Amino acid sequence: MVKKIEKDVARFHRIIKGAIRKDLSKYIAKGELFGRKGRELVSIPVPQIEAPRFRHDHSQVGGVGQGDGQEGTPIGFDNDDDGKGKAGDQPGQHVREVEISLSELAQMLGEELELPRIQPKGKNEILTGKDKYSVVRNTGPESLRHFKRTYKAAMKRQISSQTYDYDNPIVVPIRADIRYKSWKPTKLPETNAIVFYIMDVSGSMGDEQKEIVRIESFWIDTWLKAHYKGIKTRYIVHDAAAHEVDRETFFSLRESGGTIISTAYQLCARIIENEYEPSEWNIYFFQFSDGDNWGETDNSKCLNILKKDLLPICNLFGYGQVRSDYGSGEYIAFLENNVASEENLILSEVESKDDIMDSIKDFLGNGM
Amino acid sequence: MVSLTEIRKAEKRIKRFANSFGLDFFETIFEIVDYGQMNELASFGGFPNRYPHWRFGMEYEQMRKSYAYGLHRIYEMVINNDPAYGYLMQSNKLVDQMLVMAHVYAHVDFFKNNLWFAHTNRHMVDEVANHATRFRRYIEKFGMDVVEDFVDACLSLENLIDYHSPFIKREADEDPEPEEGTRPKAYRMNSKGYMDAFINPKEFLEQQKRDHEEEIRKSESFPALPQTDVLQFLIERAPLKRWQQDVLSIIREEAYYFAPQGQTKIMNEGWATYWHSRMMTEKILTDADVIDYADHHSGTVATSAGKLNPYKLGVELFRDIKERWDEGKFGKEYEECESYPERKNWDKKLGLGTEKMFEVRRLYNDVTFLDEFLTEDFAREQKLFTYEYDRRDKSYRIDSRKFSKIKRKFLAGLTNLGQPHISVEDANHGNRGELFLAHRFEGAELHHDHARDTLRYLFKIWTRPVMIESVFNGSQGILAYDGKEFKLQETSASSDKMQEEAP
Repeated sequence: MVKKIEKDVARFHRIIKGAIRKDLSKYIAKGELFGRKGRELVSIPVPQIEAPRFRHDHSQVGGVGQGDGQEGTPIGFDNDDDGKGKAGDQPGQHVREVEISLSELAQMLGEELELPRIQPKGKNEILTGKDKYSVVRNTGPESLRHFKRTYKAAMKRQISSQTYDYDNPIVVPIRADIRYKSWKPTKLPETNAIVFYIMDVSGSMGDEQKEIVRIESFWIDTWLKAHYKGIKTRYIVHDAAAHEVDRETFFSLRESGGTIISTAYQLCARIIENEYEPSEWNIYFFQFSDGDNWGETDNSKCLNILKKDLLPICNLFGYGQVRSDYGSGEYIAFLENNVASEENLILSEVESKDDIMDSIKDFLGNGM
Repeated sequence: MVSLTEIRKAEKRIKRFANSFGLDFFETIFEIVDYGQMNELASFGGFPNRYPHWRFGMEYEQMRKSYAYGLHRIYEMVINNDPAYGYLMQSNKLVDQMLVMAHVYAHVDFFKNNLWFAHTNRHMVDEVANHATRFRRYIEKFGMDVVEDFVDACLSLENLIDYHSPFIKREADEDPEPEEGTRPKAYRMNSKGYMDAFINPKEFLEQQKRDHEEEIRKSESFPALPQTDVLQFLIERAPLKRWQQDVLSIIREEAYYFAPQGQTKIMNEGWATYWHSRMMTEKILTDADVIDYADHHSGTVATSAGKLNPYKLGVELFRDIKERWDEGKFGKEYEECESYPERKNWDKKLGLGTEKMFEVRRLYNDVTFLDEFLTEDFAREQKLFTYEYDRRDKSYRIDSRKFSKIKRKFLAGLTNLGQPHISVEDANHGNRGELFLAHRFEGAELHHDHARDTLRYLFKIWTRPVMIESVFNGSQGILAYDGKEFKLQETSASSDKMQEEAP
């Protein structure tokens, strides 16, 4: 049964996310619950809206407590700048945040993002299921009783059993007449999609850059997997040469060496040619690099492959460039100057971890 | 899970025990709910149906999370209503259910008999459901955002009620207007001409004239006396539409309904804990249940990290009262005895304890309860202390264990439920229909940001400039909001300058 409270919860969530009642957004506070896992303190975030009211400044009030301790002993209450005192636990311990579950996060992202330009192609790989109340059955809960059909069935029975009285047309349904609305899972148009992730693992990519790239591609991957069932993914890493790797390796691999981006493009083009017929597949690329390619010659080689083999057949080519202290970072400018006119190419620069969300929105936020 | 028959059987037994201890309660209906329903009910303040509002969703979310992570669970919930409703959590063991039922019966006894609950609506379950229906009608008619926006404005003023007003019998609503010219301008004593300068000196006449003018000014000011029930004042006087008036009156009504529960938190929980512990230990527990009971009970009365637990404080105070009146530890002779061991072993075998407890539960609220029964010995035994906020390292520290300080802090925190005293002083300030509120300063300033935002909401309701006089950053001043910007004007003699503030 749906609870009455669910509506209030949904409304609260929409306020928290800033979808409605933006005037309240300034009162949103980051509340915390403290839990304990072994010896560690765990913080569980609970967003709160604290409506304003005339109240005392708590820092001037104080109060009465109970327990041991001498005058001057801190009693472990912690207090944020709001003056909103909240009972914590013993101070000075390491607090760890509980991650939001992946599905929760994917859902949050899902309200803002979409896979752009996806088109119905192919026939059997991607299914989007939905329940529709389109059938009538003989059994079911009373709340779904289908009055018209029940009436019809009862009338049919009475007429056929000759108990129907034309002068006094009262129809009385019996148990067997009652019909219920019921649902049938409906498959929505099927679409095939293949997503390529290309990552630069060369020596100029520092640990921080690699981490950013991994986080961003991880979230794109997580989000896509949660929203498009049966999506295919391929993972490609490159330094001076490109390899295809599995998902696990992609997110954990450390390598070093030079950077020749064209090798990765060539690999992609080859895979597509062998396995994915563009007329049957929606093709997406997400490439991450620090933009420090090896020489002008390779740049033009890349451009060639992009223009000839990749851009014409793909729905989206996303290029995310991470800022690096070692690399020149000129590749993004190069792309901008030469292929920016292609509308399925999206360039995004990621300065630091804080930009990851914006960058994901750049890629997938066409719905915004 | 415990079967329904077992619960009903236990319920009958416990009801019998409760009666035999002299508890006097409304008929109480126990409902068994799962944790989802329990959390929903708790978010709705115990009621099965409340008006739609996001804050119930917020409460629910918080409870759901803390339940899911095993931080907190609700064992018991009861509504002050006739018949009263108690909720039992389905997953609890039988011994927990029995403890909860005993606890609930004592709560209901308290609701029924405590003076401060005398004016609460005993059909609040129906009333609240009606409120919800009215709200839904307004939402359908005017839209969710419009209604909710107004509700939020009302809720930010929700605490501006007068906790004593249900008890005040007012005479006629308004005094009849005094007729013009009935009062003499200045009273002049009869005197012979040559004595006049002595009998009616000039200063005296002038004083009379000033008093008279003052009186006229006062009779013209509105309201004539400061009004502490700000919500009621707004319902009557603010330019509200009918539905807005209704919404505001619903919020006021519910605030008054919940107020006594806040006013008697310590007593009410103490009372219920006292009786559940007596019923359980004297009548109900079998050997097999002892561990579970002790675990549950100790969880109820545990104090952690220096925090005060109303269950613990309340039950200890009631026990103390019982002991003192059983042993005659009261009155002049006892008070004047200065030897601690002698006082400790004082026993006149009066046996008045239970009688006194019932009297206390009838007549007191938390303020008067602590004022009268919190003793120095008790404070020392219970290791009470006061704490203050330390600005340097942003934490609270133990300030003192002195009894006088403890008591003062207690009473300050409980009086008016710890809310600031605010009243409407003048609703026609400067003869411009501006609303002038005053905060009675008692050592703590208003939270500045909150005060500003509340004024903003108040402006929405009053629609003319609104202001509040209080102490801001150490000096007396008036914070005003005219719909566009805030102004803080110091009212102390030292400076008259206006401080412009960004809106």
